[in-house]
Amino acid sequence: MSEIALEPAISVWTLRWRRLARDRAALLGLAVLILLIALCVAAPLFERTLGVSATDTDLFTRFSPPGDGHWLGADDAGRDEFTRLLQGGQISLSIGLLGALGSSLLGTLIGAVAGYARGKTDMVLMRITDGIISLPVLPLLIILAALDLSKLGFSQDFIRSGAAGYWRIVLIVTLLGWTGVARLVRASTLALAEREFVLAARAQGASAWWILSVHILPNAISPVIVATTLAMGRVILTESALSFLGVGIQPPQTSWGSMLTNAQELIGNAPELALYPGLLILVTVIAINFVGDGLQAAFDPRTDSR
Amino acid sequence: MIRFLATRTLGAIITLFAKSFIIFALIGLMPGDPLDLLAQANPDATPESIATLRSIYSVDQPLPDRYVAWLQAALHGDFGFSRIQHRPVLDIVVPALGNTLVLTGIAFVISTIIAVFLGTIAATRKGSWIDRAINLLAYAGISVPSFWLSLVLIYIFAVKLGWLPAGGMPHVGDGAQSWASHLLLPVAALVMVEIGGLTRYARSAMLEVLGQDYIRTARAKGIANGRMLLRHALRNAMIPVITIIALGFGHLFSGALLVENIFAWRGMGRLILEAIMGNDYNLALVCLLFTTAMILVASILADLAYTWLDPRISLGGRRR
Repeated sequence: MSEIALEPAISVWTLRWRRLARDRAALLGLAVLILLIALCVAAPLFERTLGVSATDTDLFTRFSPPGDGHWLGADDAGRDEFTRLLQGGQISLSIGLLGALGSSLLGTLIGAVAGYARGKTDMVLMRITDGIISLPVLPLLIILAALDLSKLGFSQDFIRSGAAGYWRIVLIVTLLGWTGVARLVRASTLALAEREFVLAARAQGASAWWILSVHILPNAISPVIVATTLAMGRVILTESALSFLGVGIQPPQTSWGSMLTNAQELIGNAPELALYPGLLILVTVIAINFVGDGLQAAFDPRTDSR
Repeated sequence: MIRFLATRTLGAIITLFAKSFIIFALIGLMPGDPLDLLAQANPDATPESIATLRSIYSVDQPLPDRYVAWLQAALHGDFGFSRIQHRPVLDIVVPALGNTLVLTGIAFVISTIIAVFLGTIAATRKGSWIDRAINLLAYAGISVPSFWLSLVLIYIFAVKLGWLPAGGMPHVGDGAQSWASHLLLPVAALVMVEIGGLTRYARSAMLEVLGQDYIRTARAKGIANGRMLLRHALRNAMIPVITIIALGFGHLFSGALLVENIFAWRGMGRLILEAIMGNDYNLALVCLLFTTAMILVASILADLAYTWLDPRISLGGRRR
């Protein structure tokens, strides 16, 4: 009797990871993202070792060229440009992550409820989804970012704090960004609810929440992961636009977008200051999109469009 | 066909009413109220006289009452006055709408043509270096912040080379050359941002169509490549692309808002930002309503374009 060579069982996630690892663009994107995140987290470390400050203004170092601890020179208020970029990156990247996660969670919840409940609930939720999709998003975001929070019953102390500006952006991006994921999850839920294992669970008396969280959502998760990744890029772009217009991140906090607020005056005498933050946004979002498309191809080999 | 148009228009009007209420409620949550400028400008105003004025202008009424009053006036064509420009809102919005339509219209046509062209080339030469180059261009278009791209264009073509104006509108009575030079940079910025997503959709739609049996049949019958692409493939590939274009109208408008503000183009985007920043309630409200209406009209037009491209889709509910 000859031995049969048994290969260890490979899980679907191992397969997916192997497919992703063959995608050079996605790996490059992933490497760039990890490098950027590591640099941004290490911002205080750079400040200390280089002996510069990303926040303290200094009239004598205004527009100073690179050198003397200032790797990229100093900005229009004498702050170190390099560490300021890293500090802005902390805000831009974390808002991108939180905004994408928030809108995906909300979208998953709404999509799952609509797809499982069907009937009138489904109709109402999908009408709302369509309504939000056809709204002029940027003007609405500007209004939401400019709303007077005291009229909604928040205290003045909270409104003036930096945290309010930060969480406000995360919240409004979430409120207007969930529609895509909701549609994806609704479609998956509608299809999965017909499958035998769901019928079997229902026949055994499982509750709707149990069926959704144990049987349906784990099977509908891969397109949501892809959508969340791609949403992170969109959120970063949205945040940068709002901050650029002056309704996003407020000083003393800074993000890549808010560093560009007075870029229009800067391009005359210090164009590189107007260049760096935008270049970082571009590189970050391209990297995220590479990863997102790589995940898409890895999760669903049939739709390999590249 | 007429029945379809009627039901769609009716649906759009109902949606517009629902949205007008939401926008009205949101505007009411903006800082201050329409009388605080008056109060600030007049140091002698007592709290009592301000309260009297509030009741005269019904600012103290509950939200639904104020909305109904506003709606009644609006339905009679009275959209109120801009409190900063001191002119009827419509007199301000209509020219701005015209300027925006010029800018977005040109950008829309150019970006659609370029995207379909690039998408077709990429699909027919799948995997080649030209496909990769187009793909990279598309990624850059999706990922670039439009406002920053505008600044880069200004830096290169206005500051460094001095070829084109950095922004502003052509003067009244200026010739076509002035219009072209003022439009070139904002249109270029919008087109670059728009073609990213569109090219990718056009490419995948084209790939899908090129794999169909009828294309193989047409090829087998010896049809010329260009004719096959134009008559058989492109027309079918355009159907999903049209959906994206229609849904992307809001995206185009959001891009125009940023681009208009950077290039000082006197359009709706610039007006909306000025109105919101200056707490010009009536103006912000009407701008948003007009924008929402434009997007609704675009979606109806997209549905009409479907039937023109694909006669199998019947809008009346009855198969032809």
